[in-house]
Amino acid sequence: MSEQLHYALFTGCTAKQSTPELLSSTLAVAEKLGIKITILEEASCCGASHLQDFDEFLAHVLNARNICYAEKLGLTMITICNTCQLNSAMTKHALDKDPELKSRVNEKLAEVGLEYKGTSEIKHFLYTLIDEYGLDNVKNKVTVPLSHLNIAPFYGCHNIRPSELHENANGGENPYNPNSLDRLIDALEGNPVNYESKNKCCGFHVELQANHTSEVLSGNALIDALDNNADMMVTPCPLCHLKMDTYQDSIGKVMGRDIELPVLHMPQMVALALGCTEKEIGLNFHVQKAKQLYTA
Amino acid sequence: MSANKKVTLKTFRFNAETDYLPYYKHYEMEVGKDELVLDLLNRIKWEHDGSFSYRRSCRHGICGACAIKVNGKATLACKVNALELVELFGDELVIEPSSKKRAIKDMIIDKSDFWDKHAAVKPYVVSDVDPHPEAESKQSIEEFNNFLDSDLCIQCGACHYSCPALEVNPDFLGPAALNAAYRFTIDPRDEAGDERLKITAEQGTGVWDCVKCYECAEACPKEIDPIGKIGKLHNLQFVRGIAESNVATRHAEGFLRGMKKTGFLDEADIVTYSEGYLGMYKHIGTAMKMLKTGKIHWHSGIPFINSIPKIKNLDEVQKLIEISQTNKL
Repeated sequence: MSEQLHYALFTGCTAKQSTPELLSSTLAVAEKLGIKITILEEASCCGASHLQDFDEFLAHVLNARNICYAEKLGLTMITICNTCQLNSAMTKHALDKDPELKSRVNEKLAEVGLEYKGTSEIKHFLYTLIDEYGLDNVKNKVTVPLSHLNIAPFYGCHNIRPSELHENANGGENPYNPNSLDRLIDALEGNPVNYESKNKCCGFHVELQANHTSEVLSGNALIDALDNNADMMVTPCPLCHLKMDTYQDSIGKVMGRDIELPVLHMPQMVALALGCTEKEIGLNFHVQKAKQLYTA
Repeated sequence: MSANKKVTLKTFRFNAETDYLPYYKHYEMEVGKDELVLDLLNRIKWEHDGSFSYRRSCRHGICGACAIKVNGKATLACKVNALELVELFGDELVIEPSSKKRAIKDMIIDKSDFWDKHAAVKPYVVSDVDPHPEAESKQSIEEFNNFLDSDLCIQCGACHYSCPALEVNPDFLGPAALNAAYRFTIDPRDEAGDERLKITAEQGTGVWDCVKCYECAEACPKEIDPIGKIGKLHNLQFVRGIAESNVATRHAEGFLRGMKKTGFLDEADIVTYSEGYLGMYKHIGTAMKMLKTGKIHWHSGIPFINSIPKIKNLDEVQKLIEISQTNKL
């Protein structure tokens, strides 16, 4: 690579609250790979589809404001959460194709001295590693090959569906047969687990209002991964992680089976293979015991 | 070079009258570049086994009869090129009915649940029409365009049987019925909009049980985007004042509480505010585990203690909420 990659990082809410390990491992991976990151400290919550349910226009205004700050830096905005990616991209898509909506949003943004132009791309960190940094280059930096681990990739809905929205940002990944995480695991010399649930829903978004649905969907995926000999699961989405890590006990009760499976964030897995420190990887923040992965 | 490809069709077979369990049969055939999945179904029947059963009628993507699944992908057999699926999934295609558990014979399923859900949302214009009108009931192009795409539904069931929420919770109305509810609610000639919105706002059956997986948007052969219509039904509940305060509506509206204070969602507050203090007991076990590992802190969610960092230029977010918010709970 001739020029250093430089991105504006939209952290999202979870990386700043319940999954600090996601932020620390992302920054550690970027540092090891020589990718420059500028955190968008001005960025607010993306609404996570719930604010959109309540007030779609307001959600567009607030997401457009976030994107404005990446545009000001002239950088691609990267996300580390599938749901942040979806909702930011939805706003970008809606504004870029509907000039009337764009001008109504910009009318509001003008009140705080901002203007949405549509000049920044929005991409999940996973896909910048693959499409822009390059998997061969990642592979060259591996110091702790993950060859001892069977790793179940869990893609998370909002990076792969709706495919039409994401096709420019996710390398045209097919939602019925995604392979980016599998290829990343390969590059880290791990063994990708092939299982049917890898592109299914974890149910996080109905955790409160339809708890049983949520527990069963997560349970199906965790059990499918376990039955296919997974030692760990990896996901690019902290909401999938939260659902499947912190609720693993109650999911097990609903499914009538003991479930023990560490669920790692995608950057944590990369950080393991690049030899980042335990503090940076932050497996201690997981509810399901995962620290054995440091030495396994 | 021949464009033909040798393909194995691993095909679901089941006859509810004679079989205890379903089984799979493998059929091998050379597939040409112009063959549709429906052509392959015909060839199984005509060249291999005359008892193979599936629904088919129009062959033009209009009747919705031939919806099946290929390697788990919702497929309207008469619209999808077979070799495109080979390119995606390899040279073994798994041919299955839309819903294996509702199979009657091979690809033919019992769709009664689909029709029951449809009927439950009153999928027709409800209007006290003068039997001898003096003028036609006109709509503007804009009014028509509001529901045009939702009206293109061919009731094939592709979205319905791809919906994981419905798979777990059989009471959920599902994407097709909710799309129909939207289509008639937004029709200016219709007078049952509020009634329909109340039906679709019910907890356990309505829009709040959608898991937001976007499987329906992907499955629809007519590109209707059912989940987009579900989103519009969510918004309409608030626009028309139908929404009642409950765990689901507070979960949606409650995002603004944290955003006004810090710019971020307040993860602890959204749980206590949505569930109410009485509903919190369900989360105590998980909260204790999260506390132990440092995912949350002893002061998380306690009012008057700032446990979340504030974003830069928070005043902009506060101002934008003040001037842009259009809905209320």
